[in-house]
Amino acid sequence: MRSARQGDDEAYRRLLGKVAVWLRMVVRRGLVSAGRGPAESEDIVQETLLAMHLKQDSWNEQQPIVPWLRAIARHKLADHLRRRGFHDHVDIDDWSNALEVSVEVEAPAAIDSRRLLESLPERQRVIVQRISHEGRSAADVCSELGMSEGAVRVALHRALKALAAFYRRERP
Amino acid sequence: MKTEQLVEALVADRPAARRPLARSLGWALAAGGVVSLAVFFLELGIRPDIGPALATWRFDLKVAMVLLGLVLAFGVCLDCSRPDMPRHPLRRLLPLLAVLAAAVAIELVSVPRSAWQGRLVGTNAMICLPMVPILSLAPLAAALLILRRGAPASPALAGAAAGLLAALCGASLYAFHCFDDSPLFVATWYTLAAAPMVAIGTLAGRRLLRW
Repeated sequence: MRSARQGDDEAYRRLLGKVAVWLRMVVRRGLVSAGRGPAESEDIVQETLLAMHLKQDSWNEQQPIVPWLRAIARHKLADHLRRRGFHDHVDIDDWSNALEVSVEVEAPAAIDSRRLLESLPERQRVIVQRISHEGRSAADVCSELGMSEGAVRVALHRALKALAAFYRRERP
Repeated sequence: MKTEQLVEALVADRPAARRPLARSLGWALAAGGVVSLAVFFLELGIRPDIGPALATWRFDLKVAMVLLGLVLAFGVCLDCSRPDMPRHPLRRLLPLLAVLAAAVAIELVSVPRSAWQGRLVGTNAMICLPMVPILSLAPLAAALLILRRGAPASPALAGAAAGLLAALCGASLYAFHCFDDSPLFVATWYTLAAAPMVAIGTLAGRRLLRW
């Protein structure tokens, strides 16, 4: 995360990948201990990654990152279960202490992606698709859409915020 | 959307290094404080006897307590803006309570019993009660705006902390207007004046600080 803040895209990608694997494990166990199947886990993983991305100001560089991540995961898991009418306290502390885990689980495609993307305005949706599905860079997309790179970045950021809000609003 | 795809979008959106939350909050309070300062000079103004007042321990203690509270509440507010909030975020306020209790004790000892009531009721209670919240509104709005960047474990608590912080901003201005310097007055009326701000902050936090 520190090097990501210095401008290292590759470090950020590695970090997010690693965190996603760890979250997948944490969230699955959380869901199972709440008596629910692991089917919804990828939604929560993505929601947590989004929160971690959008709320990284709340992490203080002087402090270890794992407790902060765990707290976000716990918040999102509890939120998710509450939305589905589950009120018990979820404790993920016992088994989420290590970020280094070797649990090989295949990442399923999460929430119905069309429904999620459809909630975005046209332009934001195109930008997200180009970048996330086709692996294009922001600089690439801006020449195609005839926008400035800054405008693409702003639109992308708005889109990510809208996705986070979409998760929050989503009701069973 | 697959998680790998989301990761790509997040990498593309990697934000440039931003100003730390603490510094942003400081600037926001300063900006809100300027608005309140304008209101202060339009509506209240500094008490005319500020010179002699500065030489009395009661006035100095009053200002010191309010400023101490301001610093402590700032810390509480930042703690509450984190998802991994410390278990007892309000513990930071204990020094303020200790100083306040000591000040009240000293006042009770040094003033004859017959004068207690006069000190407690003071002369400005009915100005203090509305003016402290009014002077707190702009700082509260500014603080909430910044705290939206945070990820509070409890949005309501973070809002309450912002309300307290804003109330102390208002109180630190108001303290320079008010003639009532007795710790008895400060402990009673400043607390009562802060209560509505904490309540407003709680309600606003519950709505605005969810994430």
